[in-house]
Amino acid sequence: MNNGGIKKMVDSIGLPRLIITGFFIILLIAAAPLGLSIPALLGDCIRRWGMYGILVLAMVPAVQCGIGLNFGISLGIVSGLLGALVTIEMKIANPWAAMFLAMAIGTVLASLIGIGYGFLLNRLKGSEMTVSTYVGFSIIAFMNIMWLSLPFKSGEIIWPLGGQGMRNTINLASSFGEVLNNTAGFYIGSDLFIPTGLIIFFLLMCLVVYLFMRSKIGMAMSSAGANPAFARSTGINVDKMRILGTAVSTALAAIGIITYAQSYGFLQLYNAPLMMGFHCVAAVLIGGATVSRAKISHVLIGTFLFQGILAVALPVVNKILPESNLSDIIRIIISNGIILYALSKTKGGRGSE
Amino acid sequence: MSTEYALKMTGIAKEYYGNRVLKGVDLFVKPGEIHALMGENGAGKSTLMNILFGMPVIHSTGGFEGTVEINGEPANINTPQAAMHYGIGMVHQEFMLIPGFTVRENIKVGREITKPNLVSRIFGKKLETLDVDAMADDAQKALDMIGLDIEEYTQVAGMPIGYMQFVEIAREIDKTGIQLLVFDEPTAVLTESEAERLLGIMKLLASKGIAIIFITHRLDEVMAVADSLTVLRDGEFVVRKDIKDTNVVEIAELMIGRKVEKLVEDTEDNRTLNDNDIALEIRDFHVDMPGERVKGLNLDVRKGEILGIGGLAGQGKIGIPNGIMGLYKATGTVKAFGKELNLGRLGEALNNKIAFVSEDRRGVGLLLNNSIEENISFSAMQVKGKFLKGPLKLYDAAEAKKHALDMIKLFDIRCTGPQQDAGALSGGNQQKVCLARAVTLDPDILIVSEPTRGIDIGAKKLVLEHLVKLNREEGKTIIVVSSELVELRSLCDRIAIIFDGKLGAIMAPDDSDANYGLAMGGSKIGGGEDE
Amino acid sequence: MNNNSVKDRILTTLGNNKVVVLFVLLCIAAIWASGSPLTFVGGELFTRIGRNGFTVLALLIPVLAGMGLNFGITIGAVAAQFAMFWVIYWGFTGLSGWLLALVLATPIAMFLGYLVGALFNRMKGSEMIAGLVLGYFADGIYQFIFLFVIGGIIPMSEASGMIINGGVGVKNTIDLTGNLKYALDNVSMLNLALVAFIVAIVVAIARVVLASRKGEKPNYKQSLILAVVAVVLYALTYVPAIEHFLAADRLRLMNAVMIALAAVVIKQLIDIVVFKLGKAKRDYKVKKSIALIIVCAIFYALTYIPAIEQVLMWVSIPVATYLAIVALCFFNSWLLRTRLGQDMRTVGQSRTVANAAGINVDRTRIIAMVLSTVLACWGQLIYLQNIGTFSTYGAHTQVGQFAIAALLVGGASVRKATNKQAIIGVILFHTLFIVAPQAGKELFNNAQLGEYFRVFVAYGVIAVSLAMHAWKTIPKKKEEEKTEETTETPAITEA
Repeated sequence: MNNGGIKKMVDSIGLPRLIITGFFIILLIAAAPLGLSIPALLGDCIRRWGMYGILVLAMVPAVQCGIGLNFGISLGIVSGLLGALVTIEMKIANPWAAMFLAMAIGTVLASLIGIGYGFLLNRLKGSEMTVSTYVGFSIIAFMNIMWLSLPFKSGEIIWPLGGQGMRNTINLASSFGEVLNNTAGFYIGSDLFIPTGLIIFFLLMCLVVYLFMRSKIGMAMSSAGANPAFARSTGINVDKMRILGTAVSTALAAIGIITYAQSYGFLQLYNAPLMMGFHCVAAVLIGGATVSRAKISHVLIGTFLFQGILAVALPVVNKILPESNLSDIIRIIISNGIILYALSKTKGGRGSE
Repeated sequence: MSTEYALKMTGIAKEYYGNRVLKGVDLFVKPGEIHALMGENGAGKSTLMNILFGMPVIHSTGGFEGTVEINGEPANINTPQAAMHYGIGMVHQEFMLIPGFTVRENIKVGREITKPNLVSRIFGKKLETLDVDAMADDAQKALDMIGLDIEEYTQVAGMPIGYMQFVEIAREIDKTGIQLLVFDEPTAVLTESEAERLLGIMKLLASKGIAIIFITHRLDEVMAVADSLTVLRDGEFVVRKDIKDTNVVEIAELMIGRKVEKLVEDTEDNRTLNDNDIALEIRDFHVDMPGERVKGLNLDVRKGEILGIGGLAGQGKIGIPNGIMGLYKATGTVKAFGKELNLGRLGEALNNKIAFVSEDRRGVGLLLNNSIEENISFSAMQVKGKFLKGPLKLYDAAEAKKHALDMIKLFDIRCTGPQQDAGALSGGNQQKVCLARAVTLDPDILIVSEPTRGIDIGAKKLVLEHLVKLNREEGKTIIVVSSELVELRSLCDRIAIIFDGKLGAIMAPDDSDANYGLAMGGSKIGGGEDE
Repeated sequence: MNNNSVKDRILTTLGNNKVVVLFVLLCIAAIWASGSPLTFVGGELFTRIGRNGFTVLALLIPVLAGMGLNFGITIGAVAAQFAMFWVIYWGFTGLSGWLLALVLATPIAMFLGYLVGALFNRMKGSEMIAGLVLGYFADGIYQFIFLFVIGGIIPMSEASGMIINGGVGVKNTIDLTGNLKYALDNVSMLNLALVAFIVAIVVAIARVVLASRKGEKPNYKQSLILAVVAVVLYALTYVPAIEHFLAADRLRLMNAVMIALAAVVIKQLIDIVVFKLGKAKRDYKVKKSIALIIVCAIFYALTYIPAIEQVLMWVSIPVATYLAIVALCFFNSWLLRTRLGQDMRTVGQSRTVANAAGINVDRTRIIAMVLSTVLACWGQLIYLQNIGTFSTYGAHTQVGQFAIAALLVGGASVRKATNKQAIIGVILFHTLFIVAPQAGKELFNNAQLGEYFRVFVAYGVIAVSLAMHAWKTIPKKKEEEKTEETTETPAITEA
């Protein structure tokens, strides 16, 4: 193939995606001679893919409606956590009922917060990302105070022995822990576990979002993000659409964190979700999204690549350099590097005067 | 004959990508003379000024032909800095001022007077201390010269618009050795009394020996202050005259000229237009569109006619459709077929079967990163619920594609297929997509703003012919807003000329050039209007 | 608008300083709730001002140049830690070691600052989010270098005790005790006087030499006066009593306040005399001088209030560090009066106008970033030598966050920040930091709550400030003509 052809291909796939895919493959190849089980690694990739997928999916409505990369999904995350805490407090034995109730509470809360948040962002057009990052940080810090002082009673939630406030991690074994993962889960070979329920649920959510984006209102929302002037000239209320997108994004984040928690088996409070927004943003960017355009396929590809690298890098690096946290460093460099790359791409031409 | 000219531009010609925009133009200005440079939009005035100022846009597109002489010496102006060096200054239409700065800081911006200090001796001139006192003296001197009674330490923010213009002038005067000053439509943003004052200052400056080029559309201002004028038309030099040898009517005629160009073939016309059968009734209409304000317009559009709306840039013709469509804040009454529109509600006009093709094709008219198919079907889907299927009312891509293919054929849109991004099309084809979307809405009234701006002659003809076809065959009422008088005159039944945000005159397509010129220049002298 | 009543004026002043007023009240409440003795709070506070003041002041220049709050100062801090590691590893100690770290870190910070500036030029308008992400990114690179390159690629000796057992990677904490701790704080006033003397003499000579080399007529008289004054003042340090006083490296706060008050009064008196002689600058007003003298007198009177007197007598401050902060304040306001500073202001206000006026916008922005990064780097060096031990992988991560929060608490905004706001901000923010855990414990029987509260304050104040900035800018863009609200000018005014 000639040079022009290769360049075209690189352009269409995107250089960062190419590098990251290459890196992923190299890691996988390196894993085999190190005596790691490739099926087990792949199983881990798939589990993490489903686990983080919905959180990353929350970026799609946000980007499409024009508020950009939603660093503020922490708002949805804390709503989801609250929903989960309420169901634990209520001691619902049926894991399915517990999970869906948690999701319902989380979604309602997140939608309400998302609407308010959308109103705020409408006043801040052009600086949404900077503000939303700090709104995200602030809400986590604020909830830290709340986790210490909210009047939950369940022994599962609060510290034992007269300690104050809630635990850092709350075991979900007696609630909805791994309920999706184990549904129709099966092994291929001895190492490769397929969490069927989780994957189906993730894909189902993708389908719901896809259908939403193809509906009249979903398309109106996308046009409001792509070209507000155009949307207005077609009689679409751009501000309303942005609020809708923000609310949907926040609600998806609430569902996402519950899915994440059930897969992990624990609910993580306090500073655990602080940087989650960054990871989700990075994942969708790796998938090929930009600050102004994100598709479901970007979510599917990006989450798999980003989480896949982390899943594979950890054991591989530990084999080479035991007790190091190189995989953590890889995560930091990749996730922030890709965000920087995306920012420099989209804002490059604008405002040069 | 022996007068020496401060500026002598001879035989200036310029080509942009094979398109000749200036065809051998001369411009002579004497010292101490106010010289009006006149012509319609697109006559070549701004290109000529860009050449004078050595703007990069000229030199990055292959330079120009002809010679420029300053005070009898050949001058090679290839950068804005060089222009400044030759003592040529410009008072911008949009103010280049920083509101948070004082008058002094604005006058001296980028040209601060500094004193060396120890650090600057080591690290370079950038670190020299500002000499505030010297700058204040200079600034005050410049302000005094134009008789502006403000202190140099006043902040620009909060000053009346007119004062800002004067600060701009003071800045130009403060530049050492200013010899030639260009005023680009300086009175467009001023109130009447401010404008009068500005003209006074121009006279004052001229009396001090500065040559002034005065670009304006206002004929009365030209008559009031200018000593001489040059008229350009379609990039060609028409005439240089002294003001005392001419009159308003002549100038107007010179600006418009007789253009023989038949853009649309005559078609069979069996319409009956009736003054009582009104499609769109506009009363006391105000639109707050920056740069194109409408200030109390009254206009009736008859059912089934093609009405042209013309006028010079900035007079408000563009504001009319944008106000009707609810894109800018509008007040007054607009009735469509007798039903009053709620101007505050977005989409109101669309719901009343009024469609609009915007003048800002790339900004407002298209989703550039979406397919042609989506662009064509989008409005009809949102407004009328077309192209939706199933119980969930999801987007019906198959139906949209079918329709898009029909439209591509009908309008002869040159593309690789309905899936191509609208942003990848040429200007003409983009315009056809916009038109196709408006037609898909099946409107009763179609408003098309600047239908042929920036598109090639072939596409131009096709677009205009299609508008006529829609009118003749489907009985649609069509309003065409355009800066191109030729286009309006070859297409429309009547042409409304907008001046200063109001209806200036309603003209017939075959009215005389002089009348068109007068109407567009806002002059009330003379008559001859048919209606 | 001079007919406003006093009440109105007080109300507007309060209204314009809402944030400051709010935090003053919050601080007072928290001090009261914590029940901590004022001497404790005062002592801690002045330590923290010395520690953090410099870094906060390093934020001002990018604000001036319209680049907003520089979240990228983390990068300066990283350069400082990198240099400091090597200096300690090589076994340098004391002031010379610290200065070596400075010399080593500065070019690195300049280079990195250049890169940051170049990157920001590609992202005009989103510098803040980019700076934030860049900070995290730099943290990743830094970790990579410290955990793997050092020892992994560059062979290191484990004998230093700084390397993780096994020879790869730097240990979690770096202890400065016995090498660089208090390297700057412990510089005695006597030594500072010597440095000042040498600088004065060099300046006096350089002025003459440089001016004559440029072919101008040097101002011999001025240089001579400068040299003579320097000699006389330096000779004074040989007077035993003065020498004894200056031999210390810490200055009792009471003395510092007295010296500062005396300096202000003397300066104003000189101004008045100059004015009487008819040689004053044209915008000089006697009223202002007299007002300042009265303010000084009030401050002096205040020192007789027992509670204040107690704090003033109890607290002592490291002179060299505080001088560095004061010098930076002067540098900031001096910069404003140079052509470069004016260019930065112009660029900050309108890139379009700056371009038209022939100012190289990109270059000016890069210079602003280089300056800010270098200053932040120095700030981190000051911070580290004072704190005495630092977490290799954590000391830099919150630098930007906390410095910015402090600046905003002082009433600064994305478009405007002054020396005064920086100093007030440091005082308020760190007061809250000192007393919040104790207040939490007293009020809710939970120190953790206070801890979380101060983190919330840090994030919250940034979020609110950014939101308010965006809120204000949008209507401004929409209705350019309506300039009713006083346009904020990025300006550093003297504190």
